[in-house]
Amino acid sequence: MKIHVELNVVQQTKWYEYALRFLFGGLITATAGIIAKKFGPEIGGLFLAFPAIFPASATLIEKHEKEKKARRQLNGTKRAAHAVSVAAAGASIGTIGLAAFALVIWKTIPNHSPWLVLMGASLVWGTLSMLLWQVRKRFALYRRRIRRAPVRD
Amino acid sequence: MSEILLRFLIGGAVVSAFALLGDLFKPKSFAGLFGSAPSVALATLSLTLSAEGARYVATEARSMEAGAIAFFIYASVVSWVTMHYKWRALPVTASSILLWFGVAFGLWRVCLQ
Repeated sequence: MKIHVELNVVQQTKWYEYALRFLFGGLITATAGIIAKKFGPEIGGLFLAFPAIFPASATLIEKHEKEKKARRQLNGTKRAAHAVSVAAAGASIGTIGLAAFALVIWKTIPNHSPWLVLMGASLVWGTLSMLLWQVRKRFALYRRRIRRAPVRD
Repeated sequence: MSEILLRFLIGGAVVSAFALLGDLFKPKSFAGLFGSAPSVALATLSLTLSAEGARYVATEARSMEAGAIAFFIYASVVSWVTMHYKWRALPVTASSILLWFGVAFGLWRVCLQ
């Protein structure tokens, strides 16, 4: 499947689902700040990579998949679990980009323009995550082809 | 108090924006990349930069490495468990947060303290 945008998802999502994500995002950002103030940046920094809204997002993915199947009067439990698993696999690839983001900031921010470093680190996160996603996709396709190929003696 | 409120508002907005991007993109594995976007980090670091300076931000980013490794293990475990056992998302994702805490603080204690 090629990467594409589905705008109708915006209409499927309810207002309280957006509010929930805003609440979780706001709470973890505020908490990270409070922890850094109280225990120092060494501990506070850990929470910059906290899976803040992942449980909420996964629950929404599961709910939407089940609703889709229910409209066709089918049980969507398995399909929903599969969708959550696939999204989590994508998130695990993104964390490698997240680690690269942190590495760029850690090593370069003391000696370079801080705002440029933040922009550069974001670019590194995006580029590396997408590149790794492509590599994983091609590898999965290759493995599938190998499995389907006829065995020759 | 006003600083915490500002963090809450900016954090909420940035995290929501990345979550919306994750909703819009298909396939799901690609959209999942936005689930581990540096949304909290961008909101926090930009505010911290103005208040505390670059050295403080560098120290936070160093610890963030441990958090990111913990997130990788967390997301991999969630993916594996939901794929193999078909359990519901909320219990799996919420209980696995304990794993994140264990790995993040363990790495911090062993490698960064």
